Amino acid sequence: MRLEPIANASLARRLGLPLAALGATVIVAGVLALIAGANPFAVLGQIVTGAVGSKFALLETLNRATPLIFTGLAVAVAFKAKLWNIGAEAQLYAGAIIAVLMGTGAMESPIVLPVSALLAMAAGALVLLGPVLLKTRLGVDEVVTTLLLNFIMLLFVSYLLEGPMKDPMGMGWPKSEPLIKDARLPRIVEGLRLHWGFALALIAAVVVYIIERRTTFGFEMRAVGSNLGAARFAGIPVNRVLVQTALLSGGLAALAGWSEVAGLKGHLSQDLSPGFGYTGIIVAMLALLNPIGVVGTAIFVAGIFVGSDAMSRAAVVPTYIADMLLASALLFMVLALLLTRVRVVRG
Amino acid sequence: MTDKNAQAEEFVLRLDGISKRFGALTANSGISLGLRRGEVIALLGENGAGKTTLMNILFGHYVADEGTVEVFGEPLPPGNPRAALAAGVGMVHQHFTLADNLSVIDNITLGTESLWSRGNGRAAARARIKALSRDFGLAVHPDARVGSLSVGERQRVEILKALYRDARILILDEPTAVLTPQETDALFDTLRRAIAAGLSIIFISHKLHEVIAIADRCIVLRHGKVVGEVDTHSTDRAKLASMMVGGEIALPEAEARAPGPALLRLNHVSTRAKGTATGLRQVTLDLCSGQIIGLAGVSGNGQAALADLVSGLVRPDQGSIEIGGRQPIVWSPREALRHRIARIPEDRHKTGTISDFNLTENAVLEGYSCPPFSRRGWMNWRAAESFAKDIIAKYDVRCQGPAQRIRLLSGGNMQKLILGRVLEPTPKIILANQPVRGLDVGAIAYVHSRLIAARDAGAAVLLISEDLDEIQSLSDVIHVMSEGRLSPGFARGSMTAAELGLWMAGQGFEGGEDAA
Repeated sequence: MRLEPIANASLARRLGLPLAALGATVIVAGVLALIAGANPFAVLGQIVTGAVGSKFALLETLNRATPLIFTGLAVAVAFKAKLWNIGAEAQLYAGAIIAVLMGTGAMESPIVLPVSALLAMAAGALVLLGPVLLKTRLGVDEVVTTLLLNFIMLLFVSYLLEGPMKDPMGMGWPKSEPLIKDARLPRIVEGLRLHWGFALALIAAVVVYIIERRTTFGFEMRAVGSNLGAARFAGIPVNRVLVQTALLSGGLAALAGWSEVAGLKGHLSQDLSPGFGYTGIIVAMLALLNPIGVVGTAIFVAGIFVGSDAMSRAAVVPTYIADMLLASALLFMVLALLLTRVRVVRG
Repeated sequence: MTDKNAQAEEFVLRLDGISKRFGALTANSGISLGLRRGEVIALLGENGAGKTTLMNILFGHYVADEGTVEVFGEPLPPGNPRAALAAGVGMVHQHFTLADNLSVIDNITLGTESLWSRGNGRAAARARIKALSRDFGLAVHPDARVGSLSVGERQRVEILKALYRDARILILDEPTAVLTPQETDALFDTLRRAIAAGLSIIFISHKLHEVIAIADRCIVLRHGKVVGEVDTHSTDRAKLASMMVGGEIALPEAEARAPGPALLRLNHVSTRAKGTATGLRQVTLDLCSGQIIGLAGVSGNGQAALADLVSGLVRPDQGSIEIGGRQPIVWSPREALRHRIARIPEDRHKTGTISDFNLTENAVLEGYSCPPFSRRGWMNWRAAESFAKDIIAKYDVRCQGPAQRIRLLSGGNMQKLILGRVLEPTPKIILANQPVRGLDVGAIAYVHSRLIAARDAGAAVLLISEDLDEIQSLSDVIHVMSEGRLSPGFARGSMTAAELGLWMAGQGFEGGEDAA
């Protein structure tokens, strides 16, 4: 068995294969439900209803999608330049810390929101600046440094929440003081549980798209990611571009944590992110690193999580099914995309 | 080879009606050919004519859509390299398939012995390899590590590998591309011995004079079809060349001109070796306006280091660069571009273009950061596209349009786009590193005529090539590189190929000091 490249894949191949991947994912979900002892059709139905079946469910999905759009964009931007930022989780918490620092009395006016958002982005950028400088100056692998920084950052947050940032009224729980009203993101429509963070995420996606396609920096970034040798030969300042990309990526990831604190939770706790930084990688890969596509895949992934939560309340199937669904969706999609470019021949 | 009737029946290899399509592209279309015992046939054709595809089908790397392969009268099962090996077909690839960290004897016996009999047949294998090297004139030490061997020696190991497996049919894909003239002669001696021992050979080459020197028959491929078969004893280079491209070609001949002032000067420049690539040793060189300087040498003797230096990728460790009489403070690709150095890179796929980018994006890859393509950080794609369209029209780039991805272009058209990109801003200095490698005869003539025109307009041209013919026909002055050292400049016509070959082999250099 060998792989042979296909020069021009047919439309049927390019549309059919991703659909087949989706179908295969559904079948895997069904089998998993069967193993758990439930009716697969009922389980799948409950996941769909739980994700988009009501206004409440849909808004919940969009809320969950908000941090995923930010981390997905952060990963998509970095990966576009072949900068392997696995540390969106750490950058997310950097943004969350700033939201608390600025939102618990440092400033008492509505101006606090934009100021704290900008500072959060700066903090996230700073977290990624170290690894990228180590990469460009000393050739240290950023996969290792960004990944390990996640754990350092989690421990730092844990220290803050047990120490200097601990809410004295928190009955001993490791969480921060609640944000003041001025520092909180309002809801888009009064009475509906969806905050402005979601709108901000959509704007961020459009901005990233414009940066990539229309600006000189975007061109440099894509060139560095597509062919480092050719980019360097053509006189593109590779190291500067990598640093700039890191600043953008870190800033975007930080907005995920910032909007979760300022828009949804209102305080910082250790369970702020159930791995949004890592899930952002799946979101970005499923979207083929396209920033507009990230919005769609983030909502899809959020839907699976929210739907699985609802399903597990109704059925006996554990929520871990969501993780397995996502993992298989990613694997099938990667395979489908490979098969749009090559075909398997015998011999 | 005297009694033709006796041999007519004895086809050791027959290809019958081979066709192979890749999507819309027909790589081979109804190709039939026969190889007799003790015969050398040359497979000649432009790049993309289907030579490599045909040999890959024969060796089982590809499966043909139609047609059959017969070896010694037996049909060969398609898509099975092991069957081809077992039937006695041996292939010497252009890019060697050797393990650098193993010894010669290990490389040759790899895959021929069972895992369980380790050590048993080793003495026998060694004796056999020694006998083969003696019989075929393939001098190489069996215990040497392949990583320490020269390119010529590695090729001998490849040939030994095929002979060790009892190959009766040898296929050589562009075997002389990496050899000095002297090494090529030694290779031809080996091949003649192989024929005398009853082997048959298919020889793939671009170099017409070699085809005439070694082959009995020459089969010319064009656009995947056999367009002609000639007896090489009754033909000449001009006829072969016109068969290859389907028309007479005027090869441009550069006329000598008096050089102008030095535009770029290297003063005793040395650079460190990078990995296995040789660095420069005390290179002094003047590139003068209105002059083509040819740089000859066996691949891997510092040409890459010199090209990297001039293109701005590498800074001198010792010595200095002067441009227009001044030393640049920093030295980078962008600085080289600012001094209007046009750079045609050796590898147009890996360094010259970004294959996922379209023609427009590739056209502005070097100039993207300056007006009119970029203003205040925003790209002006309309200006970029019209620049790409200009190049496409002026340099005759055959493509679907500026929005096509460059990876879909042929090598020649890709090179034309690069030419347009670097020549349109009217450069002062041109670095042309292997500018015609892999191009067909028509594209070669075109690239050469552009370089000559640029020189006549006052540019200084540094031409780096492994093809001595190209160097000799274009250059006003020829330098030879060997182990990072630069020979003195030889005026056009003052040296024969054999004399240059001696310099290429490292003779004539005085203790690392160059005398330019």
